Amino acid sequence: MSERLEVLLQAAFPDAREVAVVDRTGGGDHFHVTVVDGRFSGLSLVDQHRLVYDALADPLADGTIHELRITTRGEG
Amino acid sequence: MSDLRDRIRDTIETEPVVAFIKGTHEQAYCGNSERAMQALRAVGAGFTTVDVLVDPEIRQELTALSSWPTIPQVFVKGELVGGADIVQELAASGELEATLQEKLGETWRRPGEERTVAVTDGPGLRVLPGA
Repeated sequence: MSERLEVLLQAAFPDAREVAVVDRTGGGDHFHVTVVDGRFSGLSLVDQHRLVYDALADPLADGTIHELRITTRGEG
Repeated sequence: MSDLRDRIRDTIETEPVVAFIKGTHEQAYCGNSERAMQALRAVGAGFTTVDVLVDPEIRQELTALSSWPTIPQVFVKGELVGGADIVQELAASGELEATLQEKLGETWRRPGEERTVAVTDGPGLRVLPGA
């Protein structure tokens, strides 16, 4: 299931310096995603996370993602 | 427009700091809800919570208002500050205190002043989240 999220994130952030998805429990429904992308620069954390939520709207809506932790950075 | 949505909006707009969580300020039933409260406590903020487990419609209406898909959601003076990850990050960087100070002045410093309010009538029926 991590792969599905990674594909969605890479499609949404094609220029990202880093896209990582960690299945926190091994159960396929608790994830920690990290996206490092220059387009986050200047955005509030709320707006940064909204972009990630938009990318993962389907797995969020269909219950695939039970719990999601998000780390975003504009640089680094 | 539902009455419930109006009551949620009123709560967001009238409570200086309000966290919509799974559980209450005394007992969270979700690690992320607990993390958000711990971040607020770490900076010494007083806060109000609303238990979304009382009625599934609370979460539906809240998300319709905020366009934020997950719980918890922390609002300061009517504005969404973030979920658990953001509030924790802002607390660690000092930005949470700065935001509270900017929006609320000194009044936000109320360590231990925590309460849970209802947005539905009656005690409701809490459905515990599955394992």
